[in-house]
Amino acid sequence: MDFGPYLMLAMLEGAVLAAVLALMASGLSLVFGVMRVVNVAHGEFYMLGAVMAWVVTQFMAGLGGGAAVNFIAAAVLAPLIVGTIAAAADITILKRLDYDPERVIVATIGVLYIIQQASLMGYGPDAKPVIAPFNSRIALPWFEFGEEGFQIYFPWGLSTTSYKLFVIVAAVVLLFALRLFMTRSRAGLIMRATQLDGEMATAFGIPVERVYAIVFGAGAALAALAGVLIVPIQQAHYLMGGDALLLSFIVVIIGGLGSLAGTVVAAVIIGMSDGIISVFFTPTLAKIIATLAVALVLVFRPQGLFGVKSR
Amino acid sequence: MTRKDLITHLGLIAVLFALHFLLPTYHHGIFARVMVLAVYAIGYNIAFGYTGLLSLGHAMFFGAGMYGMGLAAYHFAIPALPAWLIGVGCAALLSLVVGLLALRTQDVSFMIVTLMFAQAAYLIILYFSEFTRGDDGFVVPSDMRAIGPWDLSDESTRYIVALILFSGALMISLWLVRQPFGRVLVALRENEERARLLGYDTGRRKLASLVISGTISGAAGAAYAGLFGYVGASFAGVQYSIFALLWVLLGGAGTVLGPFIGTLFMFYLIDLATEVTEAYMLIAGVALVLLTLFAPQGIVGEIRRRLWKDLP
Repeated sequence: MDFGPYLMLAMLEGAVLAAVLALMASGLSLVFGVMRVVNVAHGEFYMLGAVMAWVVTQFMAGLGGGAAVNFIAAAVLAPLIVGTIAAAADITILKRLDYDPERVIVATIGVLYIIQQASLMGYGPDAKPVIAPFNSRIALPWFEFGEEGFQIYFPWGLSTTSYKLFVIVAAVVLLFALRLFMTRSRAGLIMRATQLDGEMATAFGIPVERVYAIVFGAGAALAALAGVLIVPIQQAHYLMGGDALLLSFIVVIIGGLGSLAGTVVAAVIIGMSDGIISVFFTPTLAKIIATLAVALVLVFRPQGLFGVKSR
Repeated sequence: MTRKDLITHLGLIAVLFALHFLLPTYHHGIFARVMVLAVYAIGYNIAFGYTGLLSLGHAMFFGAGMYGMGLAAYHFAIPALPAWLIGVGCAALLSLVVGLLALRTQDVSFMIVTLMFAQAAYLIILYFSEFTRGDDGFVVPSDMRAIGPWDLSDESTRYIVALILFSGALMISLWLVRQPFGRVLVALRENEERARLLGYDTGRRKLASLVISGTISGAAGAAYAGLFGYVGASFAGVQYSIFALLWVLLGGAGTVLGPFIGTLFMFYLIDLATEVTEAYMLIAGVALVLLTLFAPQGIVGEIRRRLWKDLP
């Protein structure tokens, strides 16, 4: 394959990563924005979403459903289950800590290990696949200005699957829906009010603690949804949360903590550059550069590359 | 330092020395390991417990000591004691550089920055696997594991050397927190703004605290390589940063004896759990949640609160 088509392939893979990352990181960003706490267990909710997708599709396959029906069931049920677990964790643990930022970090590290190790016990150490609802191969065209002028052809190896394109579209739709929900709906208004001033919101009769539980659950559900979307491409494994957590940290920091639009832009940048950098460098070197770069962004530009300085 | 302080801490050292002759082989080995890891926890405690710097990257200092010592012995055939000093020096240098950068941030950002630096350090170890043997790690050559006539791989010597190291770290930590310098660190933890208003250069003191903390952690890592003869990337991974946090929280953050007590308890808990299930880190998770919920002071912290008000 020539360089051009190769780059395009790398960008497509990057776009899939960006889509999943944007969903997951916006969950982390939502929780940080509204509750001002960092959820270190976020990666495990992503993993749990993938694992639950496997569980649900196995169960549905036992009932004799088709691949598409099974997948839709997983996409609905897995985020619901994970969101409920997260909301329960919020009520039983985070609420009792008064949402103190440092103690929440320590507690969510604990939650991280509990979920991860419980999955190891219940689900096992092996990676398991989920069948995609549809997965036809789509060859992509490439063009070239050769001696015979402009021509379009289909290079061998330049292809993607319909499912990967679906992931990108689904993520875009979901993120738009999230934005509309936050800006246009009453629930979104309440969340934004709580974000701006929790005490004032309480004074206006907003049940802040219930809002927090819902937000924490919703953030986890977004991560779980990202997990469900990725699992037909990348199998479900009990350790998949670690890398995902680090990447979403990177995205949220680059995008500016708590800013939803910045998060999406950063997800696209990180996802795409991860796809392209790993063409030129080894993945380990790419990760070293990315983590160091992000640490330095936090040191020298704590508001993120796109954030505005806080008051 | 009052006489009561001295008696308590020297008493612990005396008890550990007596245990050298009393413990059965298996527990004798565990105690040697716990003492070295407790030095790591003592180092972590100075930053986290006394100064209030929640770092999630101390494994990089432990790893710097370990790899500094191990690589010097492995590639350059440098004997144990100078190699140990090289390891300590590496950790001191790394903590200075990390401190200069990371201490520009605070609270949650500080935790994420240290986590990121530690992750980068871990990946660098994997990337240069030609020298570091990556994930597999390497065994420190046995002829380098000796100080003069004493063979460090001998169990009895190992215990005594671990005890000397542990006693040194414990007494340094006790001396430090009874110094005016240590009192200022506590003031920083309680209210940084107020400490600055009182005229203390808070930035320099936090940096000093982090360098002391990282250096002690690195001394533990270098000693671990020399005493147990194995150097591996997993010791620099995020799990070891979290272990330090867990040990200190369990024993009691901001107490001199806490790190040892916490390390001892957790080591035995995890040792028991590994016999039952491969998901032994479940214990660590449950312990972290329960500690933050019900006993943020830890074991020694509770003793101080209820029984002995001026325990250091």
